[in-house]
Amino acid sequence: MSPGIDTLRSDLRRLCERVGRRVQIMEVCGTHTVSIFRNGLRALLPANLRLISGPGCPVCVTAQRHIDAALTIAARPEVVLATYGDMLRVPGRLGSLEGLKARGACVEVIQSARTAVQLARNFPSRKVVFFAVGFETTAPATAAAVLEAARDNLANFTVLPCHKRVVPAMEMLLEAGDVLLDGFLCPGHVSVITGAQVYRPLVERFGKGCVVAGFEPAQILLGLVRLLHQIEARQPALENVYAAAVRDAGNPVAQELLQRVFVIRAATWRALGEIPASGLELAPAFERFDALRRFDSTLGPDEDDPACRCGDVIRGLVQPDECALFAHRCTPSAPVGPCMVSSEGTCAAWYKYQRTARSPLGV
Amino acid sequence: MCLAVPGRIVAAAADEATVDMQGNRLRVSTLLTPEARIGDWVLVHAGFAISTLSEQDALETWEYLREISALEPAENRGEPDEAPLRQRES
Repeated sequence: MSPGIDTLRSDLRRLCERVGRRVQIMEVCGTHTVSIFRNGLRALLPANLRLISGPGCPVCVTAQRHIDAALTIAARPEVVLATYGDMLRVPGRLGSLEGLKARGACVEVIQSARTAVQLARNFPSRKVVFFAVGFETTAPATAAAVLEAARDNLANFTVLPCHKRVVPAMEMLLEAGDVLLDGFLCPGHVSVITGAQVYRPLVERFGKGCVVAGFEPAQILLGLVRLLHQIEARQPALENVYAAAVRDAGNPVAQELLQRVFVIRAATWRALGEIPASGLELAPAFERFDALRRFDSTLGPDEDDPACRCGDVIRGLVQPDECALFAHRCTPSAPVGPCMVSSEGTCAAWYKYQRTARSPLGV
Repeated sequence: MCLAVPGRIVAAAADEATVDMQGNRLRVSTLLTPEARIGDWVLVHAGFAISTLSEQDALETWEYLREISALEPAENRGEPDEAPLRQRES
């Protein structure tokens, strides 16, 4: 049972006063970002505590080259492309899946990787491609789907895997050194799979406090209170306030599945570029399920709009409304940059919950 | 998209279970949570139970999910981040 919101707020205020200087904490997870905005938590924070929304939306960071590959494959008449709903509006260079679907392509929104396998079983004459995105929370479901397809010898099922690992992106942000961070509020449901242990290198190598928290307001505030305690004592540590669901070692069955089905490779994150060891590709034993191979597709270039500042937003260097495109040329219904694309993107959350106070259009 | 939602296992067979989420029934895989039994609470993400959970923690989470669902303006419902609340059996 967490302490009440009022207690946590006054703890936070007292700690921030004692620390005195400005403190910057990155909330890594898109689910945290949305919860913080939805619950108006920013307004409750002491003036010297700034929250920076990190690269924690797997939809937003999917590279254009992968969206374009999905579009090219989905345009084939024999293909049924199955993916999570958030992916439909993400623009690649060649358009979006929503646009392609409107022009008659078969794009199915699914809520479970198992449904993609079921589609392949139900429609043996069609080629079902599962466009799989997500962090470690979601990747085990894809691994299980691949194993199921392998077990049943489903020749008409492939995966376009775009799964990403969270910690390498956090390390990259610290190595780049342009964001001054005092600590991380670490994602709850990613950590259910990976365990809290994965953040230990960030504490030991970089001296940054890491606190794993759930997505409820009391959890987020408790996570911040723990981080501020560490900052005041100058003792960065790994803590887990979401022990209800997160164990230090994570979910061993899920980890074993990931190790069997995937290999760790460098991956391109939209607006951030290539990050070593941050992606999951199919292991050699499962290459026959790789949609890029099956359809002989090659990945094209990425071409981000030069005026788009999503890369700086994700790095915490600017706030969304400091981008010239924000709420003008870039809106949730016509997104230019990745942070506006998904409802969990920083710009989309900002647009939905914070824009009225700041929009030059006053809309 | 990393939101996982609690549900209670009401029926189970091999590595599949039927999970009750505040009245909605969903078939999920329990491949990742072999320890889960009928009556247990689990966190469900993308059709998979990814962790077991105490009843108290599960109910607190649902209380919060109901609160934000009620607070959210009607025009905003139905967005992808709300989807798990209304997930249908698939």
